[in-house]
Amino acid sequence: MKIVEILSIFAENKPGKLEKITEVLAHEMINILGFSIASVKDFGVIKLLVDDVDRAYEKFKEKGFIVAKLPAFGIELEDRPGGLYEVVRKISAKGINIESALVYVVETRKRAFFVFEVEAPHRTWELLKEENFNFLETSQLRTKQ
Amino acid sequence: MVKRYFRPEIELLSRDALKELQFKRLKKIINKVYNLVPHYREKFKRAGVKPSNLKSLEDIRLFPFTTREDLFVDYPFGLLAEPLEKVVRLHTSSGTTGKPKALFFSKEDIKAQAELIARSLVMSGATASDILQNSMTYGLFTGALVMHYGAELLGMLVIPAGPGNTERQIELMQTFGTTCIHMTPSYALYVATIIQERGIRPGIDIKLKRAYLGAEPYSEETRRKIETMLKVEVYNCYGLSEMGGPGVGFECPAKDGLHIWEDAFLVEVVNPNTGEPLNPGEVGELVLTTLNRTAMPLIRYRTKDLTTLLEGPCHCGRTHIKIARILGRADDMFIVRGVNIFPQQIEGVLMSIKGVAQNYQIILEGYDEMTIKVEIDREFFDGRIERILKLREEITERLRQALQVRPKVELVEPGTLPISEGKAKRVIDKRVL
Repeated sequence: MKIVEILSIFAENKPGKLEKITEVLAHEMINILGFSIASVKDFGVIKLLVDDVDRAYEKFKEKGFIVAKLPAFGIELEDRPGGLYEVVRKISAKGINIESALVYVVETRKRAFFVFEVEAPHRTWELLKEENFNFLETSQLRTKQ
Repeated sequence: MVKRYFRPEIELLSRDALKELQFKRLKKIINKVYNLVPHYREKFKRAGVKPSNLKSLEDIRLFPFTTREDLFVDYPFGLLAEPLEKVVRLHTSSGTTGKPKALFFSKEDIKAQAELIARSLVMSGATASDILQNSMTYGLFTGALVMHYGAELLGMLVIPAGPGNTERQIELMQTFGTTCIHMTPSYALYVATIIQERGIRPGIDIKLKRAYLGAEPYSEETRRKIETMLKVEVYNCYGLSEMGGPGVGFECPAKDGLHIWEDAFLVEVVNPNTGEPLNPGEVGELVLTTLNRTAMPLIRYRTKDLTTLLEGPCHCGRTHIKIARILGRADDMFIVRGVNIFPQQIEGVLMSIKGVAQNYQIILEGYDEMTIKVEIDREFFDGRIERILKLREEITERLRQALQVRPKVELVEPGTLPISEGKAKRVIDKRVL
Protein backbone atom coordinates (compact mmCIF):
# COMPACT_ATOMS: atom_id res chain seq x y z
CA MET A 1 0.00 0.00 0.00
CA LYS A 2 1.40 3.37 -0.98
CA ILE A 3 0.48 5.87 1.66
CA VAL A 4 1.74 9.18 2.92
CA GLU A 5 1.74 10.00 6.62
CA ILE A 6 0.30 13.28 7.80
CA LEU A 7 0.30 14.80 11.26
CA SER A 8 -2.86 15.65 13.13
CA ILE A 9 -2.84 17.96 16.13
CA PHE A 10 -5.67 18.53 18.59
CA ALA A 11 -5.99 22.21 19.42
CA GLU A 12 -8.34 24.20 21.55
CA ASN A 13 -9.66 27.24 19.75
CA LYS A 14 -7.48 29.82 21.43
CA PRO A 15 -5.57 32.75 19.97
CA GLY A 16 -1.95 31.87 19.28
CA LYS A 17 -2.47 28.15 18.90
CA LEU A 18 -1.50 27.99 15.23
CA GLU A 19 1.41 30.28 15.98
CA LYS A 20 2.75 27.84 18.58
CA ILE A 21 2.41 24.93 16.20
CA THR A 22 4.14 26.61 13.29
CA GLU A 23 6.82 27.95 15.63
CA VAL A 24 7.87 24.39 16.47
CA LEU A 25 8.30 23.56 12.79
CA ALA A 26 10.07 26.83 12.00
CA HIS A 27 12.49 26.25 14.84
CA GLU A 28 13.23 22.72 13.62
CA MET A 29 13.57 23.83 9.99
CA ILE A 30 10.79 21.48 8.98
CA ASN A 31 8.90 22.54 5.89
CA ILE A 32 5.12 22.59 5.73
CA LEU A 33 4.00 21.17 2.38
CA GLY A 34 0.29 21.43 2.98
CA PHE A 35 -2.16 21.88 5.82
CA SER A 36 -5.81 22.00 6.73
CA ILE A 37 -7.82 23.09 9.73
CA ALA A 38 -11.10 21.59 10.81
CA SER A 39 -12.77 23.27 13.72
CA VAL A 40 -15.93 22.82 15.74
CA LYS A 41 -16.49 25.90 17.86
CA ASP A 42 -14.35 25.19 20.93
CA PHE A 43 -11.68 22.95 19.46
CA GLY A 44 -10.21 21.90 16.18
CA VAL A 45 -7.82 19.54 14.49
CA ILE A 46 -4.93 20.85 12.45
CA LYS A 47 -3.47 18.50 9.85
CA LEU A 48 -0.06 18.97 8.37
CA LEU A 49 1.93 17.44 5.57
CA VAL A 50 5.59 18.09 6.32
CA ASP A 51 8.91 17.07 4.83
CA ASP A 52 10.07 15.23 7.98
CA VAL A 53 7.04 13.67 9.59
CA ASP A 54 8.86 11.52 12.17
CA ARG A 55 10.98 14.32 13.55
CA ALA A 56 8.03 16.70 13.57
CA TYR A 57 5.97 14.10 15.44
CA GLU A 58 8.67 13.66 18.08
CA LYS A 59 9.13 17.39 18.53
CA PHE A 60 5.41 18.01 18.95
CA LYS A 61 5.22 15.21 21.49
CA GLU A 62 8.19 16.59 23.36
CA LYS A 63 6.55 19.99 23.55
CA GLY A 64 3.37 18.49 24.99
CA PHE A 65 1.11 18.74 21.96
CA ILE A 66 -1.57 16.13 21.42
CA VAL A 67 -0.44 14.74 18.13
CA ALA A 68 -1.05 11.63 16.04
CA LYS A 69 0.19 10.28 12.73
CA LEU A 70 -2.46 9.41 10.17
CA PRO A 71 -2.22 7.43 6.96
CA ALA A 72 -3.47 9.23 3.86
CA PHE A 73 -3.38 8.75 0.12
CA GLY A 74 -1.65 11.31 -2.07
CA ILE A 75 -2.53 11.31 -5.76
CA GLU A 76 -0.69 13.45 -8.26
CA LEU A 77 -2.65 15.83 -10.40
CA GLU A 78 -1.92 18.56 -12.90
CA ASP A 79 -2.12 22.04 -11.41
CA ARG A 80 -4.48 23.43 -14.01
CA PRO A 81 -8.27 23.98 -14.30
CA GLY A 82 -10.00 20.62 -14.05
CA GLY A 83 -6.96 18.85 -12.57
CA LEU A 84 -8.55 18.05 -9.20
CA TYR A 85 -11.89 17.24 -10.81
CA GLU A 86 -10.36 14.48 -12.90
CA VAL A 87 -8.87 12.78 -9.84
CA VAL A 88 -11.87 13.19 -7.56
CA ARG A 89 -14.22 11.92 -10.28
CA LYS A 90 -12.34 8.64 -10.41
CA ILE A 91 -12.30 8.32 -6.61
CA SER A 92 -16.01 8.93 -6.21
CA ALA A 93 -16.78 6.56 -9.08
CA LYS A 94 -15.43 3.81 -6.79
CA GLY A 95 -17.79 4.85 -4.01
CA ILE A 96 -14.95 6.06 -1.78
CA ASN A 97 -15.83 8.69 0.78
CA ILE A 98 -13.20 11.33 1.45
CA GLU A 99 -13.10 12.23 5.14
CA SER A 100 -10.61 15.05 5.10
CA ALA A 101 -8.18 16.43 2.54
CA LEU A 102 -5.44 18.90 1.80
CA VAL A 103 -3.44 19.84 -1.26
CA TYR A 104 0.33 19.81 -1.70
CA VAL A 105 1.48 21.92 -4.60
CA VAL A 106 4.85 20.71 -5.85
CA GLU A 107 5.27 23.20 -8.69
CA THR A 108 2.77 25.97 -9.06
CA ARG A 109 0.66 25.60 -12.22
CA LYS A 110 2.35 22.32 -12.99
CA ARG A 111 2.13 19.52 -10.44
CA ALA A 112 0.26 19.01 -7.17
CA PHE A 113 -0.91 16.18 -4.93
CA PHE A 114 -4.39 15.69 -3.63
CA VAL A 115 -3.86 14.25 -0.11
CA PHE A 116 -6.91 12.71 1.53
CA GLU A 117 -7.99 10.40 4.32
CA VAL A 118 -10.58 7.68 4.12
CA GLU A 119 -12.23 5.49 6.70
CA ALA A 120 -10.91 2.18 5.37
CA PRO A 121 -7.44 2.64 3.83
CA HIS A 122 -6.91 -1.03 2.87
CA ARG A 123 -10.18 -1.36 1.03
CA THR A 124 -9.55 2.00 -0.64
CA TRP A 125 -6.12 0.87 -1.78
CA GLU A 126 -7.61 -2.25 -3.34
CA LEU A 127 -10.04 -0.07 -5.26
CA LEU A 128 -7.50 2.49 -6.41
CA LYS A 129 -4.26 0.63 -7.01
CA GLU A 130 -5.15 -0.36 -10.58
CA GLU A 131 -5.93 3.22 -11.54
CA ASN A 132 -3.26 5.05 -13.43
CA PHE A 133 -2.35 7.24 -10.45
CA ASN A 134 1.00 8.41 -9.18
CA PHE A 135 0.78 7.83 -5.41
CA LEU A 136 2.78 9.97 -3.02
CA GLU A 137 4.77 8.18 -0.29
CA THR A 138 6.28 9.46 2.94
CA SER A 139 9.81 8.70 1.76
CA GLN A 140 9.41 11.08 -1.19
CA LEU A 141 8.79 14.06 1.05
CA ARG A 142 12.36 14.42 2.27
CA THR A 143 13.68 15.20 -1.18
CA LYS A 144 12.24 17.80 -3.49
CA GLN A 145 9.69 16.41 -5.93
CA MET B 1 -3.12 -12.52 56.50
CA VAL B 2 -2.38 -11.93 60.16
CA LYS B 3 -4.55 -9.21 61.61
CA ARG B 4 -2.60 -6.61 63.52
CA TYR B 5 -3.81 -3.88 65.81
CA PHE B 6 -2.07 -0.96 67.47
CA ARG B 7 -4.46 -0.83 70.45
CA PRO B 8 -6.50 -4.04 70.26
CA GLU B 9 -8.16 -3.45 73.65
CA ILE B 10 -9.79 -0.30 72.22
CA GLU B 11 -10.09 -1.24 68.56
CA LEU B 12 -11.88 -4.52 69.28
CA LEU B 13 -13.95 -3.32 72.23
CA SER B 14 -17.54 -4.60 72.09
CA ARG B 15 -20.18 -2.12 70.94
CA ASP B 16 -21.75 -2.01 74.39
CA ALA B 17 -18.49 -1.38 76.16
CA LEU B 18 -17.58 1.23 73.54
CA LYS B 19 -20.88 3.05 74.11
CA GLU B 20 -20.34 2.94 77.83
CA LEU B 21 -16.90 4.45 77.38
CA GLN B 22 -18.35 7.12 75.08
CA PHE B 23 -21.05 8.05 77.57
CA LYS B 24 -18.55 8.35 80.41
CA ARG B 25 -16.33 10.61 78.32
CA LEU B 26 -19.21 12.63 76.91
CA LYS B 27 -20.51 13.41 80.40
CA LYS B 28 -17.10 14.56 81.48
CA ILE B 29 -16.54 16.80 78.46
CA ILE B 30 -20.03 18.36 78.56
CA ASN B 31 -19.43 19.22 82.21
CA LYS B 32 -16.01 20.57 81.42
CA VAL B 33 -17.11 22.99 78.69
CA TYR B 34 -20.13 24.07 80.73
CA ASN B 35 -17.93 24.93 83.67
CA LEU B 36 -14.91 26.34 81.87
CA VAL B 37 -16.01 27.83 78.55
CA PRO B 38 -18.32 30.84 78.90
CA HIS B 39 -19.48 30.61 75.30
CA TYR B 40 -20.61 27.00 75.74
CA ARG B 41 -22.34 27.77 79.03
CA GLU B 42 -24.15 30.61 77.29
CA LYS B 43 -25.15 28.39 74.36
CA PHE B 44 -26.42 25.62 76.64
CA LYS B 45 -28.42 28.14 78.66
CA ARG B 46 -30.00 29.59 75.55
CA ALA B 47 -30.95 26.07 74.45
CA GLY B 48 -32.32 25.38 77.93
CA VAL B 49 -30.04 22.43 78.70
CA LYS B 50 -27.71 21.59 81.53
CA PRO B 51 -25.08 18.85 81.80
CA SER B 52 -27.47 17.02 84.14
CA ASN B 53 -29.90 16.58 81.21
CA LEU B 54 -27.46 14.12 79.66
CA LYS B 55 -28.76 10.76 80.85
CA SER B 56 -27.84 8.66 77.85
CA LEU B 57 -25.73 8.97 74.70
CA GLU B 58 -28.85 9.80 72.70
CA ASP B 59 -29.42 12.87 74.90
CA ILE B 60 -26.59 14.54 72.97
CA ARG B 61 -29.40 15.66 70.65
CA LEU B 62 -30.65 18.02 73.34
CA PHE B 63 -27.45 20.02 73.09
CA PRO B 64 -26.88 22.75 70.51
CA PHE B 65 -24.60 22.35 67.51
CA THR B 66 -21.25 24.09 67.27
CA THR B 67 -20.73 25.76 63.91
CA ARG B 68 -17.74 27.45 62.37
CA GLU B 69 -19.24 30.78 63.43
CA ASP B 70 -18.87 29.71 67.07
CA LEU B 71 -15.14 29.42 66.50
CA PHE B 72 -15.01 33.16 65.90
CA VAL B 73 -16.76 34.16 69.11
CA ASP B 74 -14.22 35.48 71.65
CA TYR B 75 -11.62 34.80 68.95
CA PRO B 76 -8.97 33.47 69.12
CA PHE B 77 -8.78 31.98 72.64
CA GLY B 78 -12.45 32.02 73.64
CA LEU B 79 -13.18 28.30 73.33
CA LEU B 80 -10.20 27.13 75.39
CA ALA B 81 -11.12 24.81 78.23
CA GLU B 82 -7.60 24.82 79.63
CA PRO B 83 -5.31 27.68 80.63
CA LEU B 84 -2.97 28.85 77.87
CA GLU B 85 0.01 27.29 79.66
CA LYS B 86 -1.45 23.85 78.90
CA VAL B 87 -1.68 24.63 75.19
CA VAL B 88 1.28 23.59 73.08
CA ARG B 89 0.15 23.80 69.48
CA LEU B 90 -1.85 26.08 67.20
CA HIS B 91 -3.23 24.94 63.88
CA THR B 92 -5.38 27.05 61.63
CA SER B 93 -7.78 26.17 58.92
CA SER B 94 -8.49 28.67 56.21
CA GLY B 95 -12.01 29.88 56.00
CA THR B 96 -13.31 31.07 52.66
CA THR B 97 -13.39 34.63 53.95
CA GLY B 98 -11.65 36.58 56.67
CA LYS B 99 -9.71 35.15 59.58
CA PRO B 100 -8.66 31.51 59.78
CA LYS B 101 -10.17 29.17 62.33
CA ALA B 102 -7.80 28.92 65.30
CA LEU B 103 -7.50 25.46 66.84
CA PHE B 104 -5.50 24.67 69.94
CA PHE B 105 -4.06 21.45 71.22
CA SER B 106 -2.52 20.36 74.50
CA LYS B 107 0.29 17.85 74.87
CA GLU B 108 -2.28 15.14 75.57
CA ASP B 109 -4.29 16.15 72.47
CA ILE B 110 -1.23 15.87 70.24
CA LYS B 111 -0.43 12.46 71.68
CA ALA B 112 -4.00 11.22 71.39
CA GLN B 113 -4.29 12.28 67.74
CA ALA B 114 -0.93 10.70 66.95
CA GLU B 115 -2.25 7.47 68.42
CA LEU B 116 -5.30 7.59 66.14
CA ILE B 117 -2.95 7.91 63.19
CA ALA B 118 -0.75 5.08 64.43
CA ARG B 119 -3.80 2.82 64.80
CA SER B 120 -4.90 3.78 61.29
CA LEU B 121 -1.51 3.13 59.74
CA VAL B 122 -1.30 -0.30 61.36
CA MET B 123 -4.85 -0.91 60.14
CA SER B 124 -3.61 -0.35 56.57
CA GLY B 125 -0.85 -2.92 57.09
CA ALA B 126 2.02 -0.54 57.77
CA THR B 127 4.79 -1.42 60.22
CA ALA B 128 7.79 0.29 61.77
CA SER B 129 9.89 -0.78 58.79
CA ASP B 130 7.85 1.29 56.36
CA ILE B 131 9.05 4.60 54.96
CA LEU B 132 6.48 7.37 54.76
CA GLN B 133 6.93 10.30 52.40
CA ASN B 134 4.73 12.99 53.83
CA SER B 135 3.79 15.33 50.99
CA MET B 136 1.15 17.41 52.70
CA THR B 137 1.77 21.02 53.68
CA TYR B 138 3.79 21.43 56.86
CA GLY B 139 2.90 24.43 58.93
CA LEU B 140 -0.38 25.81 60.10
CA PHE B 141 -2.30 23.12 58.25
CA THR B 142 -2.84 19.95 60.32
CA GLY B 143 -2.37 17.55 57.40
CA ALA B 144 1.37 16.99 57.51
CA LEU B 145 2.31 17.46 61.16
CA VAL B 146 -0.38 15.25 62.62
CA MET B 147 0.44 12.43 60.21
CA HIS B 148 4.12 12.97 60.95
CA TYR B 149 3.66 12.50 64.70
CA GLY B 150 1.47 9.45 64.21
CA ALA B 151 3.88 7.76 61.82
CA GLU B 152 6.76 8.42 64.19
CA LEU B 153 4.77 6.98 67.07
CA LEU B 154 4.38 3.80 65.05
CA GLY B 155 8.11 3.90 64.32
CA MET B 156 8.05 4.51 60.59
CA LEU B 157 10.83 6.47 58.94
CA VAL B 158 9.21 9.76 57.98
CA ILE B 159 10.44 11.84 55.06
CA PRO B 160 9.01 15.32 55.67
CA ALA B 161 8.88 16.15 51.97
CA GLY B 162 6.05 18.64 52.03
CA PRO B 163 4.03 19.28 48.90
CA GLY B 164 5.11 20.35 45.42
CA ASN B 165 8.44 20.10 43.58
CA THR B 166 7.36 16.92 41.89
CA GLU B 167 10.81 16.17 40.48
CA ARG B 168 12.20 16.08 44.00
CA GLN B 169 9.27 13.99 45.25
CA ILE B 170 10.05 11.32 42.68
CA GLU B 171 13.77 11.54 43.41
CA LEU B 172 13.09 11.01 47.13
CA MET B 173 10.93 7.99 46.35
CA GLN B 174 13.71 6.48 44.24
CA THR B 175 16.60 7.33 46.56
CA PHE B 176 15.10 6.27 49.88
CA GLY B 177 12.74 3.57 48.72
CA THR B 178 9.58 5.24 49.98
CA THR B 179 6.89 2.64 50.67
CA CYS B 180 4.01 4.90 51.74
CA ILE B 181 2.95 8.34 50.59
CA HIS B 182 0.57 10.83 52.15
CA MET B 183 -0.82 13.52 49.85
CA THR B 184 -3.99 14.89 48.32
CA PRO B 185 -5.64 12.76 45.64
CA SER B 186 -5.34 15.50 43.03
CA TYR B 187 -1.62 15.78 43.68
CA ALA B 188 -1.26 11.98 43.63
CA LEU B 189 -2.83 11.95 40.17
CA TYR B 190 -0.43 14.62 39.06
CA VAL B 191 2.60 12.81 40.47
CA ALA B 192 1.40 9.57 38.87
CA THR B 193 1.10 11.30 35.50
CA ILE B 194 4.62 12.70 35.73
CA ILE B 195 5.97 9.29 36.77
CA GLN B 196 4.30 7.77 33.73
CA GLU B 197 5.61 10.47 31.42
CA ARG B 198 9.16 10.02 32.68
CA GLY B 199 8.99 6.31 31.97
CA ILE B 200 9.61 5.48 35.65
CA ARG B 201 8.26 2.02 36.39
CA PRO B 202 6.15 1.69 39.55
CA GLY B 203 6.98 -1.58 41.30
CA ILE B 204 10.50 -1.58 39.82
CA ASP B 205 12.05 1.91 39.90
CA ILE B 206 9.89 3.06 42.78
CA LYS B 207 8.48 0.71 45.36
CA LEU B 208 5.38 2.30 46.77
CA LYS B 209 2.97 0.03 48.62
CA ARG B 210 0.38 2.36 50.07
CA ALA B 211 -0.95 5.82 49.40
CA TYR B 212 -2.86 7.65 52.12
CA LEU B 213 -4.94 10.16 50.27
CA GLY B 214 -7.13 12.74 51.90
CA ALA B 215 -7.90 16.43 52.54
CA GLU B 216 -10.27 16.52 49.57
CA PRO B 217 -13.05 14.18 48.54
CA TYR B 218 -12.49 11.86 45.60
CA SER B 219 -14.35 9.09 43.87
CA GLU B 220 -13.88 5.34 43.74
CA GLU B 221 -12.85 5.68 40.09
CA THR B 222 -10.08 8.10 41.02
CA ARG B 223 -8.88 5.64 43.66
CA ARG B 224 -8.72 2.85 41.10
CA LYS B 225 -6.95 5.06 38.59
CA ILE B 226 -4.25 5.98 41.11
CA GLU B 227 -3.93 2.38 42.29
CA THR B 228 -3.32 1.21 38.73
CA MET B 229 -0.98 4.04 37.78
CA LEU B 230 1.23 3.78 40.87
CA LYS B 231 0.71 0.10 41.70
CA VAL B 232 -0.32 0.92 45.27
CA GLU B 233 -3.15 0.33 47.68
CA VAL B 234 -4.94 3.63 48.18
CA TYR B 235 -6.43 4.25 51.61
CA ASN B 236 -8.91 7.02 52.04
CA CYS B 237 -8.02 9.22 54.95
CA TYR B 238 -10.44 11.74 56.40
CA GLY B 239 -9.93 14.51 58.84
CA LEU B 240 -10.49 18.14 59.53
CA SER B 241 -8.44 20.57 61.55
CA GLU B 242 -11.32 21.24 63.95
CA MET B 243 -11.23 17.55 64.90
CA GLY B 244 -7.43 17.42 65.12
CA GLY B 245 -6.61 16.85 61.46
CA PRO B 246 -6.13 13.53 59.69
CA GLY B 247 -6.86 10.30 61.53
CA VAL B 248 -10.50 11.01 62.26
CA GLY B 249 -11.69 8.51 59.68
CA PHE B 250 -9.52 5.95 57.96
CA GLU B 251 -10.10 2.98 55.71
CA CYS B 252 -9.20 -0.56 56.67
CA PRO B 253 -8.20 -3.16 54.04
CA ALA B 254 -11.91 -3.86 53.41
CA LYS B 255 -11.91 -0.44 51.66
CA ASP B 256 -15.59 -0.20 52.27
CA GLY B 257 -16.03 2.90 54.34
CA LEU B 258 -13.87 4.76 56.84
CA HIS B 259 -13.71 3.77 60.50
CA ILE B 260 -14.12 6.63 62.90
CA TRP B 261 -12.40 6.03 66.22
CA GLU B 262 -15.37 6.19 68.50
CA ASP B 263 -13.41 6.33 71.72
CA ALA B 264 -12.30 9.76 70.47
CA PHE B 265 -15.37 10.98 68.62
CA LEU B 266 -19.11 10.77 68.98
CA VAL B 267 -20.52 10.41 65.49
CA GLU B 268 -23.84 11.72 64.18
CA VAL B 269 -25.20 12.30 60.69
CA VAL B 270 -27.91 14.94 60.43
CA ASN B 271 -30.09 16.55 57.82
CA PRO B 272 -28.07 19.63 56.81
CA ASN B 273 -31.17 21.78 56.62
CA THR B 274 -33.11 20.75 59.72
CA GLY B 275 -30.40 19.29 61.95
CA GLU B 276 -32.56 16.21 62.53
CA PRO B 277 -30.66 12.94 63.04
CA LEU B 278 -30.60 10.59 60.04
CA ASN B 279 -30.62 6.81 59.91
CA PRO B 280 -27.74 4.71 58.60
CA GLY B 281 -27.85 4.79 54.80
CA GLU B 282 -29.26 8.30 54.63
CA VAL B 283 -26.91 10.97 53.30
CA GLY B 284 -26.41 14.01 55.47
CA GLU B 285 -23.92 16.17 57.27
CA LEU B 286 -21.38 14.57 59.57
CA VAL B 287 -21.49 15.98 63.10
CA LEU B 288 -18.68 15.14 65.52
CA THR B 289 -18.11 15.63 69.23
CA THR B 290 -14.60 15.32 70.59
CA LEU B 291 -14.63 12.88 73.49
CA ASN B 292 -11.11 13.22 74.82
CA ARG B 293 -9.89 16.57 73.53
CA THR B 294 -8.61 18.63 76.46
CA ALA B 295 -7.57 22.10 75.23
CA MET B 296 -10.45 22.89 72.92
CA PRO B 297 -13.30 20.40 73.04
CA LEU B 298 -15.98 20.82 70.41
CA ILE B 299 -19.54 19.66 71.00
CA ARG B 300 -21.66 18.55 68.03
CA TYR B 301 -19.46 20.26 65.48
CA ARG B 302 -21.03 20.66 62.04
CA THR B 303 -18.31 19.41 59.69
CA LYS B 304 -20.15 20.43 56.49
CA ASP B 305 -19.01 17.10 55.06
CA LEU B 306 -21.66 14.89 53.53
CA THR B 307 -21.64 11.17 54.20
CA THR B 308 -23.74 8.33 55.52
CA LEU B 309 -23.31 5.91 58.43
CA LEU B 310 -22.51 2.30 57.57
CA GLU B 311 -23.56 -0.09 60.30
CA GLY B 312 -22.66 -3.69 60.86
CA PRO B 313 -19.52 -5.65 61.66
CA CYS B 314 -16.38 -5.15 59.57
CA HIS B 315 -14.10 -7.83 58.11
CA CYS B 316 -11.14 -6.27 59.85
CA GLY B 317 -12.65 -7.02 63.25
CA ARG B 318 -12.75 -3.44 64.47
CA THR B 319 -15.96 -2.47 66.15
CA HIS B 320 -15.76 1.26 65.48
CA ILE B 321 -18.42 2.65 63.17
CA LYS B 322 -17.80 3.37 59.51
CA ILE B 323 -18.87 6.25 57.31
CA ALA B 324 -19.06 6.24 53.52
CA ARG B 325 -16.37 8.14 51.65
CA ILE B 326 -17.11 11.86 51.81
CA LEU B 327 -19.62 12.58 49.07
CA GLY B 328 -18.94 16.29 49.03
CA ARG B 329 -19.12 19.41 51.11
CA ALA B 330 -22.50 20.70 52.15
CA ASP B 331 -21.01 23.95 50.75
CA ASP B 332 -19.88 22.40 47.45
CA MET B 333 -23.34 21.36 46.49
CA PHE B 334 -24.67 23.60 43.78
CA ILE B 335 -28.04 23.81 42.14
CA VAL B 336 -28.47 23.91 38.38
CA ARG B 337 -31.95 24.24 36.96
CA GLY B 338 -33.36 23.13 40.27
CA VAL B 339 -31.24 19.99 40.55
CA ASN B 340 -28.82 19.45 43.45
CA ILE B 341 -25.40 18.44 42.12
CA PHE B 342 -22.15 17.48 43.87
CA PRO B 343 -18.83 17.74 42.00
CA GLN B 344 -18.18 14.12 43.09
CA GLN B 345 -21.04 12.86 40.94
CA ILE B 346 -19.48 14.50 37.90
CA GLU B 347 -16.02 13.21 38.76
CA GLY B 348 -17.41 9.69 39.09
CA VAL B 349 -18.86 9.77 35.60
CA LEU B 350 -15.80 11.35 34.00
CA MET B 351 -13.31 8.94 35.53
CA SER B 352 -15.25 5.97 34.17
CA ILE B 353 -15.01 7.15 30.56
CA LYS B 354 -12.06 6.07 28.42
CA GLY B 355 -10.34 9.00 26.79
CA VAL B 356 -10.72 11.36 29.73
CA ALA B 357 -7.60 12.57 31.57
CA GLN B 358 -7.41 13.55 35.24
CA ASN B 359 -8.63 17.07 35.45
CA TYR B 360 -11.93 18.76 34.97
CA GLN B 361 -13.62 22.00 35.84
CA ILE B 362 -17.26 22.93 36.29
CA ILE B 363 -18.26 26.39 35.17
CA LEU B 364 -21.67 27.81 35.95
CA GLU B 365 -22.63 30.89 33.97
CA GLY B 366 -25.35 32.84 32.26
CA TYR B 367 -28.83 31.69 33.12
CA ASP B 368 -28.09 28.40 34.80
CA GLU B 369 -25.80 27.03 32.12
CA MET B 370 -23.33 24.36 33.19
CA THR B 371 -20.14 23.92 31.18
CA ILE B 372 -17.78 21.12 32.06
CA LYS B 373 -14.23 21.40 30.83
CA VAL B 374 -12.60 18.03 30.49
CA GLU B 375 -9.00 17.24 29.69
CA ILE B 376 -8.64 14.60 27.03
CA ASP B 377 -6.23 11.72 27.34
CA ARG B 378 -3.17 12.19 25.14
CA GLU B 379 -3.20 8.53 24.10
CA PHE B 380 -6.83 8.65 23.08
CA PHE B 381 -6.29 11.03 20.17
CA ASP B 382 -5.82 9.13 16.92
CA GLY B 383 -5.82 12.20 14.71
CA ARG B 384 -9.46 12.09 13.70
CA ILE B 385 -11.85 14.81 14.70
CA GLU B 386 -14.74 12.31 14.51
CA ARG B 387 -13.34 10.37 17.44
CA ILE B 388 -13.16 13.53 19.56
CA LEU B 389 -16.70 14.48 18.63
CA LYS B 390 -17.91 11.04 19.62
CA LEU B 391 -16.12 11.29 22.95
CA ARG B 392 -17.76 14.62 23.63
CA GLU B 393 -21.15 13.17 22.82
CA GLU B 394 -20.56 10.22 25.12
CA ILE B 395 -19.49 12.46 28.02
CA THR B 396 -22.47 14.75 27.53
CA GLU B 397 -24.92 11.89 27.41
CA ARG B 398 -23.48 10.01 30.39
CA LEU B 399 -23.52 13.19 32.47
CA ARG B 400 -27.06 13.97 31.41
CA GLN B 401 -28.16 10.54 32.59
CA ALA B 402 -26.36 10.84 35.91
CA LEU B 403 -27.32 14.42 36.72
CA GLN B 404 -30.65 14.86 34.97
CA VAL B 405 -29.22 18.09 33.58
CA ARG B 406 -27.59 18.38 30.18
CA PRO B 407 -24.20 20.06 30.49
CA LYS B 408 -22.15 21.67 27.75
CA VAL B 409 -18.93 19.71 27.49
CA GLU B 410 -15.70 21.32 26.32
CA LEU B 411 -12.66 19.21 25.63
CA VAL B 412 -9.32 20.75 26.44
CA GLU B 413 -5.70 19.69 26.22
CA PRO B 414 -4.23 17.80 29.18
CA GLY B 415 -2.36 20.05 31.56
CA THR B 416 -4.35 23.16 30.76
CA LEU B 417 -6.75 23.06 33.71
CA PRO B 418 -5.40 24.15 37.08
CA ILE B 419 -4.01 21.31 39.16
CA SER B 420 -3.91 22.21 42.75
CA GLU B 421 -1.32 20.72 45.01
CA GLY B 422 -3.68 21.43 47.86
CA LYS B 423 -7.40 21.41 47.39
CA ALA B 424 -8.54 21.38 43.78
CA LYS B 425 -10.89 24.17 42.79
CA ARG B 426 -13.47 22.41 40.66
CA VAL B 427 -16.46 24.70 40.52
CA ILE B 428 -16.45 28.24 39.22
CA ASP B 429 -19.77 29.98 39.62
CA LYS B 430 -20.10 33.03 37.38
CA ARG B 431 -23.88 33.14 37.41
CA VAL B 432 -25.46 36.46 38.13
CA LEU B 433 -28.90 36.19 39.61
